[in-house]
Amino acid sequence: MSCCAATIGIASVEDGAGQRQTASEELWLASRVLGNGLRQTELSVPGVHCGACITTIESALRVRPEIERARVNLSSRRVSIVWKEEVDGRRSDPGAFVRAIGERGYETHLFTPGEEEIDAVLKQLIRACAVSGFAAANIMLLSVSVWSGADAATRDLFHWLSALIAGPALIYAGRFFYQSAWKALRHGRTNMDVPIALAVTLSYGISLYETIGHGEHAWFDASVTLLFFLLTGRTLDHMMRGRARSAISGLARLSPRGATVVHPDGSREYRAIEEIKAGEQLMIAAGERIPVDGRVLSGASDLDRSVVNGESAPAPVAAGDGVQAGTLNLTGPLLLEATASARHSFLAEIMGLMEAAEGGRARYRRIADRAASYYSPAVHLLALLTFIGWMLVEGDVRHAMLIAVAVLIITCPCALGLAVPVVQVVAAGRLFQGGVMVKDGSAMERLAEIDMVLFDKTGTLTVGEPRLVNAHEIAPRALAIAAALAAHSRHPIAVALQRTTAATSPLAGDIREIPGAGMEARTKDGVYRLGSRVFACGAEGATNGQSEAILSLDGRELACLRFEDRLRPAARESIKALHSRGLETAILSGDRGPVVAEIGRRLGIRTWWAELSPRGKVEACTAAAGSHRALMVGDGINDAPALRAAHVSMAPATAADVGRQAADFVFMHQPLTAVPFAIEISRQASRLIRQNFALAIGYNLIAVPIAILGYATPLVAAVAMSTSSLIVVTNALRLASTASTNAFDRMEPVACPRPLGIGR
Amino acid sequence: MNTLVYLIPIALVLGGLGLVAFLWAVKSGQYEDLDGASWRVLDEGDGRPHA
Repeated sequence: MSCCAATIGIASVEDGAGQRQTASEELWLASRVLGNGLRQTELSVPGVHCGACITTIESALRVRPEIERARVNLSSRRVSIVWKEEVDGRRSDPGAFVRAIGERGYETHLFTPGEEEIDAVLKQLIRACAVSGFAAANIMLLSVSVWSGADAATRDLFHWLSALIAGPALIYAGRFFYQSAWKALRHGRTNMDVPIALAVTLSYGISLYETIGHGEHAWFDASVTLLFFLLTGRTLDHMMRGRARSAISGLARLSPRGATVVHPDGSREYRAIEEIKAGEQLMIAAGERIPVDGRVLSGASDLDRSVVNGESAPAPVAAGDGVQAGTLNLTGPLLLEATASARHSFLAEIMGLMEAAEGGRARYRRIADRAASYYSPAVHLLALLTFIGWMLVEGDVRHAMLIAVAVLIITCPCALGLAVPVVQVVAAGRLFQGGVMVKDGSAMERLAEIDMVLFDKTGTLTVGEPRLVNAHEIAPRALAIAAALAAHSRHPIAVALQRTTAATSPLAGDIREIPGAGMEARTKDGVYRLGSRVFACGAEGATNGQSEAILSLDGRELACLRFEDRLRPAARESIKALHSRGLETAILSGDRGPVVAEIGRRLGIRTWWAELSPRGKVEACTAAAGSHRALMVGDGINDAPALRAAHVSMAPATAADVGRQAADFVFMHQPLTAVPFAIEISRQASRLIRQNFALAIGYNLIAVPIAILGYATPLVAAVAMSTSSLIVVTNALRLASTASTNAFDRMEPVACPRPLGIGR
Repeated sequence: MNTLVYLIPIALVLGGLGLVAFLWAVKSGQYEDLDGASWRVLDEGDGRPHA
């Protein structure tokens, strides 16, 4: 994770103290207003797995006065918190909830709003499912008595009863298909719902006609059972549909609403960002984001440029340097001259890139839709030909019609409608158990097709936090002084240093932070300095590409602290697993070349691009797409356009909010094994989907000739339809059972055991 | 035939009751957290699902 992630996404609790303020703000913004001064927040807690976890988290939250209700949902691994906006006149701090859960040893992530919204359509579908299931069961019961030989009067009575039950059920539960079919027909197209609507309506109509004429065969059971199966498929499918997510709105939040403009006469004015023109001078305080692209006129500071290059290490800036909109000013005030208006600034450019990229994704057509486009015309034609054929042979309209309807019912895409969604729901469940969340079903289809994986470096291949690597070489005394100095800074390196040393004794003396350079303390021993070599010792020294901080006393070097970003757990194994599956890998990084090359060498990734801008990443992505279908794995805002542009994309849960929104998959746990795991499950799913299609088609090859020849009675239809649906569902369920016993099991990312009860 | 006159309504009403019970259960959030519910049996709190 880049170090500023807390300002844009939610940081796990391990983040530095300085970032909590912004985390709270983000939580506040993301919470849902319930009225009466109450708000609701949904947090994802991937670590819960039993009743004890529920009790621990709920009791940790319930003791807080501002919390009205807290409830853990074990199935979805979320906690929903209802809290009061203020208690005794004090504004509540939602960041405290995250810390309270964190102190119990659980990692939390902010749930992206929109995903947890209870879907109105889904509820309607479930209700329709229940109603059609009820109708199907009752009608089937009546039909069974008819088939087992009821006398004519009873048969008529049962047919009438069936008609009475089926009518309302068709209207209530069938409306989804009717609406969709009507919409398609009105636009001159046909979809899977057209044959469904036609088959259901025609079979009901002809059955009613038969019932009136005291006929022997009625298709009420078939039409309602059909509806029930198809609605089940539709409901599952709906669960796998991607919700419209706006990754861009999160990005828009990154740009500040305004900035302080300094006029030539020295007067100051706070102005909205749209009204800032190129050439004007702006005052940016420490902790503010840069509103528009500009050039530094005076002042020195460290800039968090993770928006631009994804790197956690801040870059020092001084007079004359250019700065991009959206970057965060960390340490000192800056006077800028705006060089572009907000509309032409860096952030606006990223947003434009993302909008352009999002269009490309929409072109993918799901397997089910592609199948339907061939299937429904074929079915219509077949039924029509059957009708014509029987008319030619017999000339009996009623009989020809009955057989044509039988063909429509038999070929109705029952198994086909279940073939894809059942597999995808089961696969999504498997992935969820492994800590990977899927945004929509088509993402799994796309993931199964890839032959190349592109990685971002910082925060994806690496954890994204610097860590002290040479602690054993440093005298404990020097380390303690360095830690005491670091305690006064928010610089990521300082935060890392605080983390290494457990307890720090405060340093007596005058301590101040010099922006863009380091920390300085005037004590009775002399002047301690901690920072870059130039700042600490006053002399240029050899640097070897690693981040380092020098501790000095009156210009004499006491210690050289070296920091390194560490690789994500299991990164090497995961890359190896990808290679063994025949996938190519590459790194797209915003970092400097030598660092990227080093990481690539350690992981065995030969192809890499360095110093890429967000636009460069998109271009590299599309260049790769020329000959490949690529999976992009990235976390930063600078990756977001590339995540959108790639064939399919994945982000860690620690990613910036924008990154998480843009990605198709989000993995919750640290190890990188989530990537090969997700690919493997998706491939298995795609295999099962193809098998299911084959099964469904095989069923049709057997059943259709029977129907065309006129041997398909309602009994035959009922047995055939149910059997084929059952087979397809059973086949899909194999994914849930076999996947955990195959050799791949070792790769499965598991919930990391975490220390309990340790607060930072 | 005579038995059917009351057996069929009974069957339909019983089925209908099942349907209503299911719809009620969905509406009151009984299916929201199936894994959690099995643990909450052991919990001493009131255990009512909050919507």
